[in-house]
Amino acid sequence: MKLTGKTAIVTGASRGIGREIALELARQGASVAVNYAGSEAKANAVVDEIKALGVAAFSVQCDVSSSESVSAMIKEVIEEFGQIDILVNNAGITKDNLLMRMKEDEWDAVINTNLKGVFLCTKGVTRQMMKQRSGRIINISSIVGVSGNPGQANYVAAKSGVIGLTKTTAKELASRGITVNAIAPGFITTEMTDELNDDLKGQMLQQIPLAKFGEPSDIAKVVSFLASEDSKYMTGQTLHVDGGMVM
Amino acid sequence: MAEVLERVTKIIVDRLGVEESEVKVEASFKDDLGADSLDVVELVMELEDEFDMEISDDDAEKIATVGDAVNYIQAKQ
Repeated sequence: MKLTGKTAIVTGASRGIGREIALELARQGASVAVNYAGSEAKANAVVDEIKALGVAAFSVQCDVSSSESVSAMIKEVIEEFGQIDILVNNAGITKDNLLMRMKEDEWDAVINTNLKGVFLCTKGVTRQMMKQRSGRIINISSIVGVSGNPGQANYVAAKSGVIGLTKTTAKELASRGITVNAIAPGFITTEMTDELNDDLKGQMLQQIPLAKFGEPSDIAKVVSFLASEDSKYMTGQTLHVDGGMVM
Repeated sequence: MAEVLERVTKIIVDRLGVEESEVKVEASFKDDLGADSLDVVELVMELEDEFDMEISDDDAEKIATVGDAVNYIQAKQ
């Protein structure tokens, strides 16, 4: 167990990749604050699964795009755990549309949750991590943030922004023992990707050298690596976990 | 004044590794005491803890010298 005694916040941890990240960190011994926006019952189910592993967990509601909401969450986690060693910025939404059809509110909603949310949560934990002189921040970007993707101007802009934010935060906080890295997942099977039609899935499969879609656990294992001592000499990097889709 | 200055001076000496004699009221954190921007952010955080107060980002940006910090704290107390 690589993370015994550590504490983590995982945003958007009630479902999909975030859920698997929370569980994997717990399997490695970390206590986990399971953040959710709306799915309280699912978040509590994740908490129960984590507690069954013998480590502490609790669920915490927070809209990551609201600074007040984020401040309250960070405060609660510090009260509960006393420290914050790991932040995983995973919460994300999609509102896909062609650029020509994209409405301003679709743009704003995705940028606010997927990009501003990372900024707010990062800023929120930085004070605590600077005091500790250690911390791990792991941002879940997306491979489309590197490659671009038609129909996802808002999502791609946000995920690309997360990569830039990762690099800047890494440079600002390196002297305080805090590392900041990003993961760019490729096509991972979750509820979010289940919505895509079969034609599109077939096309995407042809672009993946490893010839299969990824599982949430493929991402969670890399998060666990970035959260551990094994990655202590890495910061500001974006790891592509995409079956070789974008090189 | 004396008591606040003394406590502020101790934090600056600990945080920035400077001599107590260098911590004059007019000394600028960045220009005279060798602090970088992040050091100043950390100093403000420690002052908040030491004096049990919240210093807003807007106010924190105005604190550039030892005297600024002492005056701010005294005005708030």
